Amino acid sequence: MKDLEAYKKELLAQGAKKIFSKTKNLTDTAFSYCGGCGHGVAHRLIMEVVEELGITQDTIGVAPVGCSVIAYEFMNIDMIQAAHGRATAVATGMKRVLPEKYVFSYQGDGDLAAIGTGETIHTCNRGENIAIFFINNGIYGMTGGQMAPTTLPGMKSSTSPYGRNLDTMGHPLSLTEMIAQLHGTYYVTRQSVHTPANIRKCKQAIKKAFENQKLQKGLSFVEIVSNCNSGWKMPPVEANKWMEEHMFAAYPLGDIKLPKE
Amino acid sequence: MDSNIRLMKGNEAIAEAAIRHGVDAYFGYPITPQSEIIEYLAKEDPFTKRNGMVVLQAESEIAAINMVYGAAGCGKKAMTSSSSPGISLKQEGVSYLAGAELPCVIVNVVRGGPGLGTIQPSQADYFQSVKGGGHGDYHMIVLAPSTVQEQYDFVALGFDLAFKYRTPLLILSDGAIGQMMEKVVLSEEKPRDNTVPDWAIVGKTPNRERNYITSLFLDAEVQENQNKRLQKKYTEIRQNEVRFEEFMTHDAEYLIVAYGISARISQKVVETARNQGIKLGMLRPITLWPFPSKRLVELSQQLQGILCVEMSAGQMVEDVKLAVECKIPVKHYGRMGGIIASPTEVFENFKTLFL
Repeated sequence: MKDLEAYKKELLAQGAKKIFSKTKNLTDTAFSYCGGCGHGVAHRLIMEVVEELGITQDTIGVAPVGCSVIAYEFMNIDMIQAAHGRATAVATGMKRVLPEKYVFSYQGDGDLAAIGTGETIHTCNRGENIAIFFINNGIYGMTGGQMAPTTLPGMKSSTSPYGRNLDTMGHPLSLTEMIAQLHGTYYVTRQSVHTPANIRKCKQAIKKAFENQKLQKGLSFVEIVSNCNSGWKMPPVEANKWMEEHMFAAYPLGDIKLPKE
Repeated sequence: MDSNIRLMKGNEAIAEAAIRHGVDAYFGYPITPQSEIIEYLAKEDPFTKRNGMVVLQAESEIAAINMVYGAAGCGKKAMTSSSSPGISLKQEGVSYLAGAELPCVIVNVVRGGPGLGTIQPSQADYFQSVKGGGHGDYHMIVLAPSTVQEQYDFVALGFDLAFKYRTPLLILSDGAIGQMMEKVVLSEEKPRDNTVPDWAIVGKTPNRERNYITSLFLDAEVQENQNKRLQKKYTEIRQNEVRFEEFMTHDAEYLIVAYGISARISQKVVETARNQGIKLGMLRPITLWPFPSKRLVELSQQLQGILCVEMSAGQMVEDVKLAVECKIPVKHYGRMGGIIASPTEVFENFKTLFL
């Protein structure tokens, strides 16, 4: 394999122009995520926004329990790892003692919408001046594909092997719509990162979440509907197609609560 | 009159101590018999009226301990308080604090259990406090106040020790000390300290690597090394931080071991015994972990028996037996369910058991 740095120099010497580089806010550690997973893109977007806003040294993040439990290995900023579901309580503790800092939590659906439902609702209801990034892929990825609160009706998982039965397993939980009802939330949106156009839109939403925090507007909540091709047992392209057809039907993309100007 | 002397409830003393010591944040959830702590802080409103200390009523004990975890991660002095059932809820968070080596002070104003139990005083959370409580190999330093003054003083001592060793620390009180009123000599109010520990999560500046706080070590060898590091710290604490008080032990032939409110009662028992010519003394552990085992071994050379007086079915008595290796008789006497034994009752039982 060619030495990367030498190869870069060679290309530049040939007159190549640098048009993209990885944000300094990501470490050089290779993502542990499966190929095709949305976590890597979501990580990159958040870290790019933090760099572009020039707030790296004032930003602290909270990693959850789930696939992104070691988000701190990839995000090159000060971070803390929280107990399962408690990320927004941890973020509350941090923001209250360091109100001038930018605080965000990064959580999956099991973490935020099952075991952490109470913390999520009450953090939103208090209108903590933080950003919550919620990755919803409708399944427990890290533990091997068990049913999540957001698993769709009839969807198979290792704990709903015959498909999610609404009579016995309850309905998919749209926590994002629920918290949008609360007085404490300022900005609530649902995005995806599976196409370049969606990535650009999502980045704008992430940016808005940090800008709101700067203006002390209160809580911003960005849900990112993502795939889990490993958990869904599909190749990445098929998973994205399935996500468009089924996940977006249950979790429609777009802004849910916009600030009243 | 000295304005720094006040008649206070044990719970209020903890709250006032937190403000005067310059604690940065308190997160709690109401539960009897310790709700006066958060009520006092809410009324004082130090955030706007005194020194900027954050006071927040959380939605649950679980949320409260995790808010402490967040604030402690920022290098701030953070505390929470609760009573037995609420402390059970916090145990996951305590294990994380221990695993991530974050300092904080937790107060347990113990009530009778198990289950929802009673709101009356008890000492039945000893095992939970000193043997772990949450999952994994860890210890908390456990301070046991027996007066309202100590309730006050142990907040400052607690934060000093918690930060010295980067460990969660528990003040193990009980419903009696939390609720009773006594004279308290207050310390001068200290401004809050803005020193940022080098491990704190405050935002990565370009001149240093990022800080991250975690208790996750996926590689078994790395986890074992982390455990070894923790154990080394616990050994150091065992060597340096054992605290206890002795009462009439110089010539004692029998010894009562008791902490907290039971030590107050037992002191009276010792006086009664002495008046009758019985050479009884008392050792009051102030740190329940680390336990004053070494001193008990020394004392046991001159003793014919030890009585452990606890408001439980007998928990600390196991540590006393371990300390003296059962070389002398070690007995337990205690009431449960929130009942405080009277000195006469303890004395009669002492005589039945030993004389």
